[in-house]
Amino acid sequence: MSRILEVRIPDGPLPEKWSNYKAKARLVSPNNRKKLDVIVVGTGLAGASAAASLAEMGYNVKSFCFQDSPRRAHSVAAQGGVNASKNYRNDGDNVFRFFYDTIKGGDFRSREANVYRLAECSASLIDQAVAQGVPFAREYGGYLRNRSFGGVQVSRTFYARGQTGQQLLLGAYQALMRQVSAKKVTLYARHEMLDLVVIDGRARGIIARNLDTGQTERHAAHAVVLATGGFGKIYYLSTLAMGCNASAIWRAHKKGAFMANPSWTQIHPTCLPQSGAYQSKLTLMSESLRNDGRIWVPLQHDDTRAPGAIPEEERDYYLERKYPSFGNLAPRDIASRAAKEQIDAGKGVGPLKNAVYLDFSKAIGEYGKSTITERYGNLFTMYKKITGIDAYREPMKISPAAHFSMGGLWVDYDLMTSVPGLFAIGEANFSDHGANRLGANSLLQACVDGYFVLPYTLQNYLADEIRTPRFDPDSTPFIEVERAVKAQLQQFTDCRGSKTADEFHRELGRELYDKCGLLRSGEGLRNAIRNIRELREAFRHDLLVPGHTDEVNSELEKAGRVADYMEIAELMCIDALHREESCGAHFREEYQTAEGEARRDDERFCYSAAWQWTGNPSEPVLHKEPLVFETITPTVRSYK
Amino acid sequence: MWFVKNMITRKNLMALTGLFLAFFLIIHLLGNLQLLLPDEVAREQYNWYSHLLAGNIVIEIIAIVLYACILLHLADAIYLTIRGRKVSGNYRLDKRARASTWYSRNMMFLGAVIFAFLVIHFKDFWYQYKFGTLPLDEKGHKDLYTLVVTAFGQLWYVIVYIIAIIALGYHMLHGVFSAHRTLGLYHPVYNRIVRTAGVVFSVAMTFGYAVIPIVIYIKQPL
Amino acid sequence: MDIVLKIWRQKDQDSTGKLETYTLEEVNPDMSFLEMLDTLNHNLVKQGERAIEFDHDCREGICGQCGMMIDGIAHGPLKHTTTCQLHMRSFCDGQTIQIEPFRAEAFPVIRDLKVDRSAFDRIIASGGYVSVDTGQAPEANSIPIAHHDAEAAFDAAVCIGCGACVASCKNASASLFTAAKISQMTRLPQGREEAGTRVTRMVRQMESEDFGHCTNTEACEVECPQAISVLHIARMNYEYNRAGIFFNKA
Repeated sequence: MSRILEVRIPDGPLPEKWSNYKAKARLVSPNNRKKLDVIVVGTGLAGASAAASLAEMGYNVKSFCFQDSPRRAHSVAAQGGVNASKNYRNDGDNVFRFFYDTIKGGDFRSREANVYRLAECSASLIDQAVAQGVPFAREYGGYLRNRSFGGVQVSRTFYARGQTGQQLLLGAYQALMRQVSAKKVTLYARHEMLDLVVIDGRARGIIARNLDTGQTERHAAHAVVLATGGFGKIYYLSTLAMGCNASAIWRAHKKGAFMANPSWTQIHPTCLPQSGAYQSKLTLMSESLRNDGRIWVPLQHDDTRAPGAIPEEERDYYLERKYPSFGNLAPRDIASRAAKEQIDAGKGVGPLKNAVYLDFSKAIGEYGKSTITERYGNLFTMYKKITGIDAYREPMKISPAAHFSMGGLWVDYDLMTSVPGLFAIGEANFSDHGANRLGANSLLQACVDGYFVLPYTLQNYLADEIRTPRFDPDSTPFIEVERAVKAQLQQFTDCRGSKTADEFHRELGRELYDKCGLLRSGEGLRNAIRNIRELREAFRHDLLVPGHTDEVNSELEKAGRVADYMEIAELMCIDALHREESCGAHFREEYQTAEGEARRDDERFCYSAAWQWTGNPSEPVLHKEPLVFETITPTVRSYK
Repeated sequence: MWFVKNMITRKNLMALTGLFLAFFLIIHLLGNLQLLLPDEVAREQYNWYSHLLAGNIVIEIIAIVLYACILLHLADAIYLTIRGRKVSGNYRLDKRARASTWYSRNMMFLGAVIFAFLVIHFKDFWYQYKFGTLPLDEKGHKDLYTLVVTAFGQLWYVIVYIIAIIALGYHMLHGVFSAHRTLGLYHPVYNRIVRTAGVVFSVAMTFGYAVIPIVIYIKQPL
Repeated sequence: MDIVLKIWRQKDQDSTGKLETYTLEEVNPDMSFLEMLDTLNHNLVKQGERAIEFDHDCREGICGQCGMMIDGIAHGPLKHTTTCQLHMRSFCDGQTIQIEPFRAEAFPVIRDLKVDRSAFDRIIASGGYVSVDTGQAPEANSIPIAHHDAEAAFDAAVCIGCGACVASCKNASASLFTAAKISQMTRLPQGREEAGTRVTRMVRQMESEDFGHCTNTEACEVECPQAISVLHIARMNYEYNRAGIFFNKA
């Protein structure tokens, strides 16, 4: 193993690693904790739960979010549910099976020890959320209810109607606000982190911009935690919120934190298709719909009949046909790719021929409309609001859209990045999902990182810091970084070019979706890299941002985010190009089986690719973290 | 101390005084319905009833409570309305009204109409009875009956009276169920019951009070 | 379709704002309302003018960050819909649409259509939680909660904190927002323990933030994107009175 990438996995057999870690982790005594400051950037499930938990322990926490309230972080939009191996259904679920499902779902490209810990802590999360008052679905007897989700054969998904993310996030948000009122957390809403301050090789603070006043601020701490989520918004059209961005992790990357597997982006199969050039986002419809909905396309090409007019024998239920044992519940990457195949073959439906049908008529016939309403009512209402179509009468039209970044900042077992004192949790890191994330695992990972892992591992780090005095945010290192940040902001407003940040972003997104999306090829990626460089050059000279830096200026905010996307996009392509295999969401056209399934190459690519910034976005340095499977043997991932 | 000062407590006060006033309306109406008896019986009965009320210590105490309720209800309403105006937004184009009934938004206005009427009402009947010089009837009671019948013989007076009664009706249409909500009746079933009962009550009171001046006006010898 | 927009422009909290008129051509009826504003902003920026600032994030009706007064109605003409889920098919060709920020003493305007709703955060901070630390939780199924109780709590818990209730209220009352949280927590056994403290503190905070009182006009429920019932307000009153009568206070 490379000396640079020290993973620091604890000793012992897999099931005992986390217990061993906790048994030996160093502690900070309660009276010392109040001397230590921690910055947590992001207030989604990971950020809010971490900030709240750390504050409860007694640390001084500064919590940052760019939204106007912590409650708006995009975890709020997760619909389907959260997995936990409680085995309430007595269907053979256990920690190992959950661990195995997650590893397999990730196409054997994740770290065993981290995934096992995720599975192990899952049960406690449900306990925690219930204690916070999260109203999970219940059976009539009062006990918790489960449902099944894509990629697994047990029912381990807990849910709160179609708003599980909202309810879990509000639980974490309330825990956070409780600490705000206890004065253990200082909240900085409408603040965007614009750089990381590293002193003597350790993360010591951040530069943030107050979006209400435009002023930059310097904040110091003993450790910095990034919980800033994923960067699927780089594709412009995605299921993410408009403000989701990669700036925090990318600027940390430029200060020394490695980015791992940046090209692994999950394309979600059940989103609403694009309807026009003005489109700003693609709304996600929960994957849980696939429990009762059947996906099909017409057998004929360019079939323009209304769905109801197409007889049963002229429909192709392609998922049921190709993957009989999982059918409509095949994992996301497979379902997305299958949909793209059908659409590319000219069988797409809808005005732009960019969608497939998701049909509930059979389920409504079997269970009745009221059952379907109870299960998915809010999703049907949402569908009607957006499209104007009643999905009880005709099938929904869905299409794949960028959704989740499996890649992110490289972290060790402690969730610490390659910069000491800088931690990354939740979607911002790369650790648990391998090359593809299973449905309902993302809420889980965010919560487990924040509630159950970071409080131990961060404390383990802080144990060394009790003698470090508070840093002065007015000292030179802070002022220098702030100066650089201000210079960049000024450069955006001074540029006075002719194209808006959104125009650049759309162009970049299209390029990336075409060549570094569902299907990738060597030629396409090389082509994309050239185009991205040109686009980045154009962005430097031709950007148009009206207004000034010292006021509310959303165009300026966008410009900063797009500037970072311009660099990440290239790294994504480089990463995708170097990995000459197909695994999970990363599907290289050159590397597929005769049946068109992903062909992994465990000989050459059984590692996580961690990229180091060199100052030139075109020349990152690759470090390999080999993936060692001690407990399981990677197999061909088959859902047939 | 806080508990006494804050808005929910003030709303409780509004609710309790309002409900008491609404309850009083029943008693008052029952008394007034005696006006609809045949002329001679009505005169005797009504004057006797007025005399009975005027001389009773219990009634005196209730009356004081009643006046206090009116004043508290009024003072609190003014306070809350001013505060509400101060903190609420002022839109250039305002169609918020579509989401609620006009009378629920205009309780202060309706209340002001009712109060203006009360002033007239007290001046013409209550003041006259208490401090004015009224002729006596055969039984030696003050002849309030004649005063009332004379008043309602005038068309303008009947119209003013009916406008005020309608304002009162709308005020209670919102007020009765709203008071229960304020006091904390949260169960949907009981809310439906109270709401229906509130409508029935308001309509009944409006009809009852409105019918008296109309009948008297029509019945009077031309 | 072509539309005329009258939009509130205000430089900062202390400036007096005014309505500016813009025209936008070739609006697609399938556009969302915010995409229409994006298009307008694109045109403005191209001319070197300042974009219209408005709050938005998830654009799928759940984060609660968007919210504006559209033709005098919070979140526009469709009931139970957030601004981001409103589509231009709800308007006609040639229509004039007036857009103003949510207005209330407690929601100062930051710029244009952006308002400061941090008062809501402070209300939640004052007591809108179950006081449980990480790690204290018992086994989840050790507290059975009847299906209808869980569902009723959920009906209150769906609040997205957008502020339409305040904007729609003639008294700018935050009762629905505050009550929804109180009602959710009170309905569940986990939250019952501190019900008195919670309601007293939250009501106190709500008042100190310059929100008005509730007169049960029920406009908030009608305009609430999540259709949260006004009966939760009655529940809050009940809990508040109960806490007061039994001296079970903060």
